[in-house]
Amino acid sequence: MNRKVTTSSSVLFDVPGPKAVARTRLFNILSVFAILALLGYIGYVMHRQGQLEADKWTSLFSGNLWANYILPGLWNTLKAALISVVTSVAFGVFFGMARLSPLAPVRWFGTIVVEFFRAVPVLIMMIFFWLFLGKFSVFSPQQLPFIAVVLGLTLYNGSVIAELLRSGVHQLPKGQGEAGLAIGLTPWKVLTSILMPQAMTAMMPSLLSQFVVILKDTALGYIISYPEVLASARRFGSGEGNILQMLLLAALLFIVINFALTLLAERLSKFMSSRSNVEIKHADGVPGEVDDPRPKTEMMFKIPKA
Amino acid sequence: MSFSEQLSTLFAKYNVIDAFWTNVQLTFWAAIGAFVLGSILALMRISPVPSLRAAGTAYVHLVRNTPLTILMTLAILGVWTQFQLSLSSNFETNFFLYAIIVLAIYHAAFVCEAIRSGVNTVPTGQAEAARAIGLGFMPTARYVIFPQALRGSITPLGNTLIALAKNTTVATVASVAEASGMMKSMIEFNSDLVFMIFFVFAMGFVVIVVPIGLLTTWASRKLAVKR
Repeated sequence: MNRKVTTSSSVLFDVPGPKAVARTRLFNILSVFAILALLGYIGYVMHRQGQLEADKWTSLFSGNLWANYILPGLWNTLKAALISVVTSVAFGVFFGMARLSPLAPVRWFGTIVVEFFRAVPVLIMMIFFWLFLGKFSVFSPQQLPFIAVVLGLTLYNGSVIAELLRSGVHQLPKGQGEAGLAIGLTPWKVLTSILMPQAMTAMMPSLLSQFVVILKDTALGYIISYPEVLASARRFGSGEGNILQMLLLAALLFIVINFALTLLAERLSKFMSSRSNVEIKHADGVPGEVDDPRPKTEMMFKIPKA
Repeated sequence: MSFSEQLSTLFAKYNVIDAFWTNVQLTFWAAIGAFVLGSILALMRISPVPSLRAAGTAYVHLVRNTPLTILMTLAILGVWTQFQLSLSSNFETNFFLYAIIVLAIYHAAFVCEAIRSGVNTVPTGQAEAARAIGLGFMPTARYVIFPQALRGSITPLGNTLIALAKNTTVATVASVAEASGMMKSMIEFNSDLVFMIFFVFAMGFVVIVVPIGLLTTWASRKLAVKR
């Protein structure tokens, strides 16, 4: 599998000659005009509907908006995301190890839990916990949506992380586990001190892009009345009559934070590739879903039966 | 009233199958839209024209990093109420179409990345050979690269389809009568059956999602390009 992978931009075209350069330039100019025309049309429609008027945008810079709406909302979003990151990783490590366990019943249990929570939409889980926990008076009504958001995010993303770690362990060279067994470590020790740390390293970029998914999915809390940033942007927008601008601001906040996280993931994967022998899996494709691992080393740390 | 009686009256009162059928329909139409739009975006991102590449990249980064819930709210509270842009005179159809469009726009970014990762599995020699026999950019893309790239991107495309099927629940923001909204009202009125109701809806999604996963795994093995 160590075929040289080319970047997509170089696959389709060579170094262009003078004719191709001229043609590309023509297409470039035409498409710049097409893109500008599209953006201009959107601007025109917004202008016609009075969405570009100054008073709809000036409140974006008002202290009231940021101090009383956006920052508290953003804090709630980040709070739910940060706590869910910690609990998801704990859940993922636990069930990832359960799925790799030498004991068959533990493995089955792990598989059922992980596959179930990966198949159920996060929103369904959040609504369930929100209404279910509301029946008991353990949590105050203000805390309920928060607990439901964290539980929903933990069960889903924890299951994805469990799968990530499992596929990370399976992609390690077979010799790693065998060497561990050869020097007399128990299968449990091999898993926790040789395989898991390397799997974590290899999967770090994918893990970080899963954190982007967690942050994005906190917005689902809006549906179950969690006062996160989307809810506060909407509340301010309905009051001031500039809901469109407020929602765009909320979207922009998510884009900036997620973009920074994605950049960090890319940097990290480059940095770690240069420092470690483990093949770092680059995060691409769809976050939230794990590529089907082609196991090189299925159950390698299981002691072979004599 | 016994437990089973309670259950049978509950499911006689609510048409759960209908609600799930809405999710399936949303998945189907949004998948077609996302695939078409995503293929165009992928073509833009691998084209030699810098402005198209930049536009494709900008689209993917902007859409992928925005929560679907915000996009759905933007479409309804931003576009529909502010611009009075009605897609159908029928209220329900209008929201249904809005939900499909938003789901297609959102998942097109992931389809684009899936196809691009498929393009990366095609060896350079394939494109070089195509150019050597005199094919231009479009014929190379259409007859040589894309057929192989699509086979290589079945797994990520399948993952996107699974994510789409689950994300149709967010259409509840656009007041589309689908499964998550029905589950909410069922639990609110029958809170003693909360576990049973959750289990039914969760299993409904397992039934939708697991076959898609099995099918794409099978297809990606069956259609893999032997190299």
